[in-house]
Amino acid sequence: MSAIPGTVPIFANENWQLPSRGRVGMFALIIGESAIFTIFVVAYIYYIGRSTYGPGPQILEIPIFNSICLISSSLTIVLAEHAIKHGRLRAFAAWWALTMLLGLEFLAGTAMEWRRLIFEDHLTIRTNLFGTTFYSLVGLHATHVIVGMTGLSLVMLFTVLGRVEQRHAARIQVLALYWHFVDAVWVVVFTVVYIVGR
Amino acid sequence: MADQTYPMPGTLDATPSRGAALLEWIHSWVVTVDHKKLGILYAVYAIFFLVVAGAEAMAIRIQLAVPHNHFLSPELYNEFFTMHGTTMVFLVGMTFIFGFGNYLVPLMIGARDMAFPRLNAFSFWMSAFGGLFLYFSFIGGFGLYGMGSAPDVSWWAYAPLTARAFSPGHNTDYWALALIVMGFGTLGAGINTLATAFSMRCRGMTLFRMPLFVWLMVVTSGLTLIVITPLTAAQIMLIIDRYLGGHFFDTQAGGSATVWMHFFWIFGHPEVYVLILPAFGIASEVIPVFSRKAIFGYPAMVAASVGIAFVSLSVWAHHMFTIGMTSVSNAFFALSTMMVGIPTGIKIFNWVATMWGGKIRFATPMLFCTAFVFQFLCAGLTGIMLAVAPWNWQLHNSYFVIAHFHYTLTGSFVFCFFAGIYYWYPKVTGRMLSEKLGKWHFWLFFIGFHVTFDTMHFLGILGMPRSIYTYEPDRGWNTLNAIVSAGGFVQGIAVLLLAWNLIDSYFNGRAAGNDPWDAWTLEWSTPSPPPDYNFAEEPVVRSRRPLWDIKHPNDPDWKYER
Repeated sequence: MSAIPGTVPIFANENWQLPSRGRVGMFALIIGESAIFTIFVVAYIYYIGRSTYGPGPQILEIPIFNSICLISSSLTIVLAEHAIKHGRLRAFAAWWALTMLLGLEFLAGTAMEWRRLIFEDHLTIRTNLFGTTFYSLVGLHATHVIVGMTGLSLVMLFTVLGRVEQRHAARIQVLALYWHFVDAVWVVVFTVVYIVGR
Repeated sequence: MADQTYPMPGTLDATPSRGAALLEWIHSWVVTVDHKKLGILYAVYAIFFLVVAGAEAMAIRIQLAVPHNHFLSPELYNEFFTMHGTTMVFLVGMTFIFGFGNYLVPLMIGARDMAFPRLNAFSFWMSAFGGLFLYFSFIGGFGLYGMGSAPDVSWWAYAPLTARAFSPGHNTDYWALALIVMGFGTLGAGINTLATAFSMRCRGMTLFRMPLFVWLMVVTSGLTLIVITPLTAAQIMLIIDRYLGGHFFDTQAGGSATVWMHFFWIFGHPEVYVLILPAFGIASEVIPVFSRKAIFGYPAMVAASVGIAFVSLSVWAHHMFTIGMTSVSNAFFALSTMMVGIPTGIKIFNWVATMWGGKIRFATPMLFCTAFVFQFLCAGLTGIMLAVAPWNWQLHNSYFVIAHFHYTLTGSFVFCFFAGIYYWYPKVTGRMLSEKLGKWHFWLFFIGFHVTFDTMHFLGILGMPRSIYTYEPDRGWNTLNAIVSAGGFVQGIAVLLLAWNLIDSYFNGRAAGNDPWDAWTLEWSTPSPPPDYNFAEEPVVRSRRPLWDIKHPNDPDWKYER
């Protein structure tokens, strides 16, 4: 009973190909994260207009510039992926830096929006139900942007140190997948919070 | 080694002291990223907490054995049933499935390790520290009554009860934070299992040649991704409410307690399928080997598993019939719940058809699996009874419900995992478990199980509610409660027999050899225990039973499988 499977002759499966584990893993993570966002989005939608006191969603201003920045960072990261795939490292570094800049702008914009809401409109997470749902949903997304930015910064650091090469293209695509997810979630959050909910 | 030796300065004694060797050994377990070692860690951890949560159940049963008992204080009683449920689901169930999955999935698909070994270690230690954190609550503070701050809001933690006003102190925080930490561990383990099964298969191991256990782990991991995360989200909301003054579940501010129920059961119901699906996987490995037949209806088994996963996502509100939903919702959730019976029925018929006409060997693993098929059928039938909304209104929160879900979780999940322990222990340790003690374990546990949980059905129909501290002597529940408690202790003795068997056989068991059960999946082609990196040479597979092909070169499976 101690036969070794290696003694089986090799059959037709000469071009045996499996999906990249990085991509499978990242897609799995994205599915899991989507479920977290679904719960927060459902809570937000369910609680629209149920807040019994305090300021409501009409105090929100639509962050158009912010959203354009974040969505277009998806485009710049695609260009960066394309550049490293073809070994153009300088172009990669440039597009990657631009992506990070757009991400930073988004975070800065969110910070300014929150500053205005907290100090001028006196809406905090404990003010009322609207504050609770708004800050937790938008904050959850901003947290994901920060996590994504951390990943992007690491790659940027290695790029500056000259450690990133063409052969890392596949890994960088996996990280970019996460960034695309963060951008896609913003489309949902934006629609729910600033269009449907306002 | 060079043939010349050089004198070394200082001591020449190169053998480390006993203490250093012990330290080295512990170190090797703490820093390991090997899927087999992590699998063993998961399983040992699960068995340890099985004993702990079992002891809690015993204390609960002593308390309820006679009316007006004061064995436990009411506060401690609440803590014990909360911790019993939470421990059994998160520290025993989830760790058992990922322990078995960790150990077996790479071996079964001919891989050398999981897809992300370091993520694997991270996931285990997250789960482990989550569990320690949860149990630290017993000593982590004086709490309100000097009983520690163990969670006491029951394992579903319904909303107003968890608010600051009704749950002062840190009991609920321990519960929520521990579950968030363990949730991340589970998420990591789920991602890892999926990536392993999809990206690490050996040559020729197509998806439809994977052993059914691997399939069930894939389905269960996919399910964890979308059901554990809602729990994490709900816990984050709870923490926001408790620490940041949020209003998610605060009715006075417009929040809703019902929303918590929905969010919890969106997690809570699929969770039992997360637990039971790997148990199905074990049954689907054990039953064919001990019936000496290939599994009946492999594609139907796969389809039924995926079907169960999908249906399980649309049944959660059958836990909430009594909150007063619309009749449309009642009808929807009643019907969708009954639909679970179709794919599970397919599975039961396939297991029976596998046994049918087979040459059955009733070794201990097969005994447990046979009992499982029968008990799971009963559990499914009471499940369909409870899915009928009017019946549910009558029996909601009664011991009938307790009996039903212990039939699924003990009678099915635990039985299958005991079968799995007896089946794979020889592979993991290289030693056979004692069959004699195994038979004793099986029959004691089987009898104890039926004495306890069959009787609970009657208690439920007689109107005994769950989670009560004690009861009046004139309700007609006295004898039945005494019987339930007695059965509980028989089960406790049986589990101690298992623990003894596990320890004793490790040192004194018969040597197992590579393939003691004459089985057919790849893990049995390696030595027992398997060496580091499992396979010296990457295996190549042509059918669902690669070892059968090797053992029977004149009549291999691939001639018949497409």
